[in-house]
Amino acid sequence: MTNKITAALAGNPNSGKTSIFNQFTGARQHVGNYPGVTVEKKQGICRYKDYEIAFVDLPGTYSLNAYSTEELVARNFIISEHPDVVVDIVDASGIERNLYLTTQLIELNVPLVLAFNMSDIAEQKGMVFDIEQLSKLLEAKIVKTIGNKGKGKTELLDAIIETAEQAGKKRTHKINYGEEIEHELGKIEKAIYDRENHLTKKYGTRWLALKLLEQDEEIIANVGNREVLDIVAASTEHLKSIFGDNPEVVMADRRYGFISGACQETLKTTVELRHNYSDIIDTVVTHRILGLPIFLLLMYLTFVLTFKIGKYPMDGLEWFFGWLANTLAGFWPAGSDSWLKSLIVDGVLGGVGGVLVFLPNILLLFMMIALLEDSGYMARAAFIMDRIMHKIGLHGKSFIPMLIGFGCSVPAIMATRILENKRSRLTTIMVVPLMSCGAKLTIYALIIPAFFQEDWHGPMMWLIYLIGIILAIICIKILRLTVLRGETEPFVMELPPYRVPTFKSICIHMWHRGWMYLRKAGTIILAVSIVLWFAMSYPKPNPDSYTELTPQQKQQKKLEYSVIGRLGQAIEPALKPLGFDWKIGTALIGATAAKEVFVSQISIIYAVGSDDESDLTLRQKLRANYTPLTGFCIMLFCLIYAPCIATVAITKQETCSWRWAMVQFFGLTALAYIVTLIVYQIGSRIF
Amino acid sequence: METQQTKPLSAIRSGEKVRLASVTAGRGLNSRLASMGLLPNVEITVVNNRHPGPFVISVKGSRMMLGRGMAHKIMVCSCNDK
Repeated sequence: MTNKITAALAGNPNSGKTSIFNQFTGARQHVGNYPGVTVEKKQGICRYKDYEIAFVDLPGTYSLNAYSTEELVARNFIISEHPDVVVDIVDASGIERNLYLTTQLIELNVPLVLAFNMSDIAEQKGMVFDIEQLSKLLEAKIVKTIGNKGKGKTELLDAIIETAEQAGKKRTHKINYGEEIEHELGKIEKAIYDRENHLTKKYGTRWLALKLLEQDEEIIANVGNREVLDIVAASTEHLKSIFGDNPEVVMADRRYGFISGACQETLKTTVELRHNYSDIIDTVVTHRILGLPIFLLLMYLTFVLTFKIGKYPMDGLEWFFGWLANTLAGFWPAGSDSWLKSLIVDGVLGGVGGVLVFLPNILLLFMMIALLEDSGYMARAAFIMDRIMHKIGLHGKSFIPMLIGFGCSVPAIMATRILENKRSRLTTIMVVPLMSCGAKLTIYALIIPAFFQEDWHGPMMWLIYLIGIILAIICIKILRLTVLRGETEPFVMELPPYRVPTFKSICIHMWHRGWMYLRKAGTIILAVSIVLWFAMSYPKPNPDSYTELTPQQKQQKKLEYSVIGRLGQAIEPALKPLGFDWKIGTALIGATAAKEVFVSQISIIYAVGSDDESDLTLRQKLRANYTPLTGFCIMLFCLIYAPCIATVAITKQETCSWRWAMVQFFGLTALAYIVTLIVYQIGSRIF
Repeated sequence: METQQTKPLSAIRSGEKVRLASVTAGRGLNSRLASMGLLPNVEITVVNNRHPGPFVISVKGSRMMLGRGMAHKIMVCSCNDK
């Protein structure tokens, strides 16, 4: 018989919570979102002795106020899901600050186990704890752990089980807030006990009173009774007049008072290390002159690794899919017109395979990000970029996803998870597609040499990238001034000490991202590929009408006849003012599946047949048909308009709403139309 | 020592120790800072205040980075008032 226990892991950011979670659950993790919010929810199972312990990794927070979504999520999970045990991961080397969250967990009256993590670093700092005494004071078991080395794992599991068995044991003492506050708390407790009985059952009377006095927005919104709110307001005013400060600040001060009292009795510091190694590294990497070049160099390395090294496994995968397509096609007789063959080979393999080949890039990119994050560098990078990003109304950290956007929007949008503020995150997600991604590069690589002199290739490319960046800045400004208005958060951030990342945590990180990507390829992209294949293949023209044509002419005829071809012709009047004809229109529609499809589509359309003509390359044909201005407008339009289906899907997933995905899709298309229209109309009058 | 002059944290030089007097910020941010340990009377060591560059302080054994704007809003007083 196995017993089931749910254990929630709580802790400060950088307390090593994730490494303990990984130690317990290994790769048996499930990553999802908390309902309705974009906070990641990680769960995993650990079997130990006769027990099956389900671990939930709560978001890292400094407290349990209603200040941020993360704090609300962590708090509501504890309150409404009633985990059997809450394991508070404490960074023992920064004990005082870390115990603040502990005081809040104590107030929630949950069965608590403390893990004194990074106890090795604390020892190096010369900190000696009287664990037994501290355990009595906090009324919770304390286990020393070293998360990244897996030390203290079994002891912690034993403590979790023991605490879960003793659940229901009441705490004997509480944190005392001093006479004045306790007096007001008593009044409020009485008022809510009489008037808001259902709430006190859910939250506990004392906790509810504490939160009301702290002006907790969520709790206040829940209290309907006017009299209660009046009593709270009166108490707040009264306390303000006594202390000259808001009650929540005084209460935070009292909690810290409780902590320093507890620490004074139980903690001895033998040596004081003044300059630790983190400070020394920081003098170099955050140096006012060297900081930026070092950051740019690291980012450059990230890119080189992602795209240069990723090229080899990517080539391998491409070869594999080519081989697979050939093998599968081999089941049909040569020259067969079977629709099933075409569906499987051109539709499914072409579509899904085309996306799966990017998997090595995704894995490498996330390995690099995990390295930068786990080592502690990301916090510094955010600071270095903050001055620049602040000017356009975003947090320094927004820079990282935007940079990744030059590779591919999908991992870039996934990387916006590092942003805590919802508005900053949404703004960043909205503009990420304006960064010229790898797929758009294939379009530029086709168009630029077709229309422009060799000397102009470099500057043209640079110009297109630059336009994307400038448009992104303008869009951010507009978004921040309109729908996503709000103060840029003042920059306050903890500087975690540098650490050597562990191999295991990097692998787990990579595996998660890779898996999410694979899952997407298997579902959304598969479905879209099939739909597009149908749209490109049906309806078929009467085969008798083109028996005498070459295979390439046949293909063009088919495309013209298909749904996509017809759509292209239908929207031609709208595209005329931009200088585009139906052929470009058709390719543009196809390219919403993936931008590189533009190139393959346009090459099918221009694969005109007679032998002497086919000597002309695609580029020459393009030059014969369009002006350089049109060529430039094609690039401009492709840069801006509707992001690819994969980006739409990931935006939907990350914002938890179709609305934002649609705003992005149609907003960018409208922007593309306007910008290209202006450029073409002005350009065609000048040239 | 209530009469002691307060000045913004941003005016403190690297290596100096000060005591926090008050924070003039919105309520939400105030309680956020409080939960991170930035409370009245807490001892703050300015680790780095070279211009331009990160403003780094040490509070309760952990390092924190502040924006310059934030550092202007935190009022402190000198520590040697015993």
